[in-house]
Amino acid sequence: MKKLHIELTINGKAMETLAEPRELLIHVLRERLGLTGPHIGCETSHCGACTVDLNGKSVKSCTMFAAQANGATITTIEGIAGPDGMHVLQESFREHHGLQCGYCTPGMITRAWRLLQENPTPTEEDVRFGMAGNLCRCTGYQNIVKAILAAATEMNSAKEAAQ
Amino acid sequence: MNDQSPTHDERVAGLKGLGTSRKRVEDARFTQGKGNYVDDIKMAGMVYGDFVRSQYAHARIKSVDSTAAMAIPGVIAVLLAKDLEPLGLHWMPTLAGDKQMVLADGKVLFQGQEIAFVVAEDKYALADALQLVEVDYEELPVVVDPFKAMEPGAPVLREDLAGQTKGAHGERIHHNHIFRWEMGDKPAVEAVVADADVVAEEMVYYHRTHPCPLETCGCVASMDKINGKLTLWGTFQAPHVVRTVASLLSGIPESNIRVVSPDIGGGFGNKVGVYPGYVCSIVASIVTGRPVKWIEDRMDNLMATAFARDYWMDGKIAATKEGKITGLWCHVTADHGAFDACADPTKFPAGFFNICTGSYDIPVAWLGVDGVYTNKAPGGVAYRCSFRVTEAAYFIERMIEVLAIKLNMDAAELRRINFIRKEQFPYHSALGWEYDSGDYHTAWAKALKAVNYDALRAEQTQRVADFKAGKTRSLMGIGLSFFTEIVGAGPIKNCDILGMGMFDSCEIRIHPTGSALARLGTISQGQGHATTFAQILATEIGIPADQIVIEEGDTDTAPYGLGTYGSRSTPVAGAATALAGRKIRAKAQMIAAYLLEVHDNDLEWDVDRFVVKGVPERFKTMKEIAYASYNQAIPGLEPGLEAVSYYDPPNMTYPFGAYICVMDIDADTGVADIRSFYALDDCGTRINPMIIEGQVHGGATEAYAIAMGQEIAYDEMGNHKTATLMDFFIPTSWETPHYTTDHTVTPSPHHPIGAKGVGESPNVGGVPAFSNAVHDAFRPFGLTQSHMPHDHWRIWRIAEQLGLHG
Amino acid sequence: MITAAFEYHRPTSVAEALKILADHGEEARVVAGGHSLIPMMKLRMTDISHLVDLQDVGGLKGITVGDRIRIGAMTTQAEMLASGDLAKAAPILHEAALQIADPQVRNMGTVGGNVANGDPGNDMPGLMQCLDASFTLTGPSGSREVKARDYYESAYFTARKEDEILVAITMDRAQGGYAYEKQKRKIGDYATAAAAVQLTAAGGKVTAASVAMTNLSDVPVWSAGAGAALVGSACEPEAVKAAIAAMLEDINPGEDNRGPIAFKRHVAAVVLGRAIARAWSRA
Repeated sequence: MKKLHIELTINGKAMETLAEPRELLIHVLRERLGLTGPHIGCETSHCGACTVDLNGKSVKSCTMFAAQANGATITTIEGIAGPDGMHVLQESFREHHGLQCGYCTPGMITRAWRLLQENPTPTEEDVRFGMAGNLCRCTGYQNIVKAILAAATEMNSAKEAAQ
Repeated sequence: MNDQSPTHDERVAGLKGLGTSRKRVEDARFTQGKGNYVDDIKMAGMVYGDFVRSQYAHARIKSVDSTAAMAIPGVIAVLLAKDLEPLGLHWMPTLAGDKQMVLADGKVLFQGQEIAFVVAEDKYALADALQLVEVDYEELPVVVDPFKAMEPGAPVLREDLAGQTKGAHGERIHHNHIFRWEMGDKPAVEAVVADADVVAEEMVYYHRTHPCPLETCGCVASMDKINGKLTLWGTFQAPHVVRTVASLLSGIPESNIRVVSPDIGGGFGNKVGVYPGYVCSIVASIVTGRPVKWIEDRMDNLMATAFARDYWMDGKIAATKEGKITGLWCHVTADHGAFDACADPTKFPAGFFNICTGSYDIPVAWLGVDGVYTNKAPGGVAYRCSFRVTEAAYFIERMIEVLAIKLNMDAAELRRINFIRKEQFPYHSALGWEYDSGDYHTAWAKALKAVNYDALRAEQTQRVADFKAGKTRSLMGIGLSFFTEIVGAGPIKNCDILGMGMFDSCEIRIHPTGSALARLGTISQGQGHATTFAQILATEIGIPADQIVIEEGDTDTAPYGLGTYGSRSTPVAGAATALAGRKIRAKAQMIAAYLLEVHDNDLEWDVDRFVVKGVPERFKTMKEIAYASYNQAIPGLEPGLEAVSYYDPPNMTYPFGAYICVMDIDADTGVADIRSFYALDDCGTRINPMIIEGQVHGGATEAYAIAMGQEIAYDEMGNHKTATLMDFFIPTSWETPHYTTDHTVTPSPHHPIGAKGVGESPNVGGVPAFSNAVHDAFRPFGLTQSHMPHDHWRIWRIAEQLGLHG
Repeated sequence: MITAAFEYHRPTSVAEALKILADHGEEARVVAGGHSLIPMMKLRMTDISHLVDLQDVGGLKGITVGDRIRIGAMTTQAEMLASGDLAKAAPILHEAALQIADPQVRNMGTVGGNVANGDPGNDMPGLMQCLDASFTLTGPSGSREVKARDYYESAYFTARKEDEILVAITMDRAQGGYAYEKQKRKIGDYATAAAAVQLTAAGGKVTAASVAMTNLSDVPVWSAGAGAALVGSACEPEAVKAAIAAMLEDINPGEDNRGPIAFKRHVAAVVLGRAIARAWSRA
């Protein structure tokens, strides 16, 4: 099948590649563009390990063809940290032991990053509901939830301090 | 130059040693997407391999036609059993003393079995080619029930074993029989059972499930034909064992094989075994001269790589009318699937299931286990537990509940009066173990108090009354569990895998400027070894954990070890680390004595330095000693500061714990809500409380999943019914309960730092807690036993059968 | 899991999309969010050589609420949840959308994709039957309306012809009390059983009621009898019992990993009873 010319803006950088129409976004990210942060876990859109941010929304990149994403703006886990170092969420996951094997972590943090933009002051229930598209086999979620809530608090105080 | 300013306490804190909740050094990489998992590996010229798998559970393979597949551009090879046969690789030995087909040799024995290995330039051509390999099957009768498999006229599954009446573990009594394993005093138990005031009998089934780590299994094999070196990266929980097996199978000297476990995305036992994918990747790399990558997809993982459990446990427990247990009888029918590929120490075909007397002082016991072949996938791994300990704990914790019903006693009290008492340790169990240490009564009392047990029982009584009065349709269950684990395999005298004694190892190098590198024979799959082993060492040698780098998983650099599973890393490699650290410290003491011009015995250790006794201002820090070891000639001592320790533990360790789950159950829909879950763990000395707590959360969540819905199910034709995460239950953050953790500390007397291991306790103890809660909710209505998983429909069925739907 | 090869099309108008469908017949399929179709393609359970991505087709997105509600087929579940107008005009859709899949899937999954393909596990078909919605199908010879209640023939077979595209869903503003009661094993699962109830009341009596059930047959089940049994009642136990009995006549669940038939029938009765109670309390 003839390859398509795919253009994406990923983590603030314009990128392009050729890909077969059937190449999944996760495959193109990982194998053609070298972004191996997002992972493949279930391949049926249940686990969320492949979560990336596409045009301002969390999506599962294993259930989307790269062709469908053509022209999109994407943020992956590699683009979450700022020039000054780790993002508050990344620090918070470490501080609260929100990860163990690390395999779900990129999808988890990428989703949490968007969740806190959608709802900057979530309750524990909001976090548990908002993160339900991401499976973790190691942590039992308790410390992930704690890390996200703590990050929200910290981001809000930083915002207040700045105002 | 001696800086005396930091206080003793400040120096201790600066080490971030034993007992501190040190943040993990692994996390900066993982949180930024910089992990390095096997599927992240990309090499020049790399090609891809994958399997054509059997559609049927039992069939003869009449022919395989790969013509159309080979015609696809980019397809390089299609390997069949006949291609592997000249190399002697069409079958391979299993860890359990059986053998297993690498590629179907004449027949297939389970759905999803590997038939052909296709190699292609890219994974897209590969996927197309897999569809075009034509397999001509002749279907054979299927057996998925182990009891039916043992009937006289049952179909013969393993034709390769025809006429073999002896297996790796003694006599085979039927063509589908694998082994019988017996221990204990059968006549004595039978006499006790015959004369007992009370005998409770029950069949307890622990269903088939799967470890299902989020990352599937996979590898990259690269044979460098110029220097004859094979490198194998992969998801290996025991990389050195894989190297040894690879050498034995391939004939390549072990010195020319390098096995590397990169970051591993969870293992839980799934990544202990050696799989056909590894063997075929190696062969394909040898054949093509190119690196070959094989990565399972999720369906492959759930259908073909190692399952867990599937034990039918038939029990009798005898007691006095006051409730004192007098004997335990247990017979297990163990469904091993098509090949016995259990990952147990060689002499233990049912693992450590003989811990099934649990935490109780049971004078006599008998255990018999019969392993059976069926048309299901092979495996039988320890899914986040020490070998078959989860099954054993579930069995005894169900039997205790069944006995309590029979005695009309409170199950908490029944446990209490039967616990092994503190003063009985070291305790010799009726089935042969020596429990190292424990204080069960203290832990149980603490747990019952913490959950306010009496108030819960009062509330439950009221709820039952309300239910009977038609005021509510909700029932309440209080799930009790007290477990004793047996981990840290193990003493070489009785534990080996394929002849390799189950020691573990640590090698330490102190650098001249006082930082250190330690390498171990284990491999983390999320446990945080890079963090915790540095903590053990920091306390032993007085170098801050932040200045100690831990490396594992590369057989070219790490000392030989048996790997990470069965909660053995802390008990075995942790001990090796402490002892290697003590060797360092012993040499450091001699160096310090020379530098301070005193006798060795005039020095005492103080956090991070040797101090002249009674003269606190005269000391040498480890940093100073490290430097001196490299730049000063010290009479009688070799330069440098290094040590290695291979540790053969004198005994296993026996962590224990008390878990209590409170559950509300909707009798009409079968929906169970976990109201609370309390977990008290005693894992001996606590290295990193933060990591312990995380392990408990994670293991308890796996237990929740297993007890409440997670299963590998087959239909009668052997079709796999649960091969995606739609049907294989992994709870999300929404369903998962909140956990309260607690602890007591009873150090192991024989472990250098008293640690026992914890990673698997919550799975072992959690499953009975959840399951007992379901049973307990229906106990007032006459339920004795109902098999897991307790998903909605099965809970509904309990209520239906008890007549609770009116 | 990799799909077979296909040609990718991204038309910018309905006409262009229809032309591609006409050219390629059954070899072509439209894709909206893809969360039903792509997994089927990855498992190679469906054979498609031309994939027609509708994302650039104008006019297929968005919600307008006037006398009637119109939801463009390409509107995602997340966009439905974000619409305050829709939450007021048909709050049952809001309540139900929250119970569909998970956040990421709701960001991609569209209402059109959910209703169009006839997957009996999907939630929106039953809801649309409950609300008596109409599907606007556009084909080479123009557009036609098909009632949701007439659309589903059997699993994956619908009234939509191969050369038609479902472009919008329209319905009256919902009146009265409502509830969507769904039992599932976990987030991300299809319903074990689900009940949609919408009813109006006056003077303490039900004046109109609509009941639809999800994943209890190979098609969504709108139970006229169940609704009728409630009319004129105050949803007292006898009326609810009659409604449940009528519903049980209409469903035909199959056994699967969620449980045997008897269990599903029992849960169907329970969830319908609960949905009626909640709808009544809101009427």
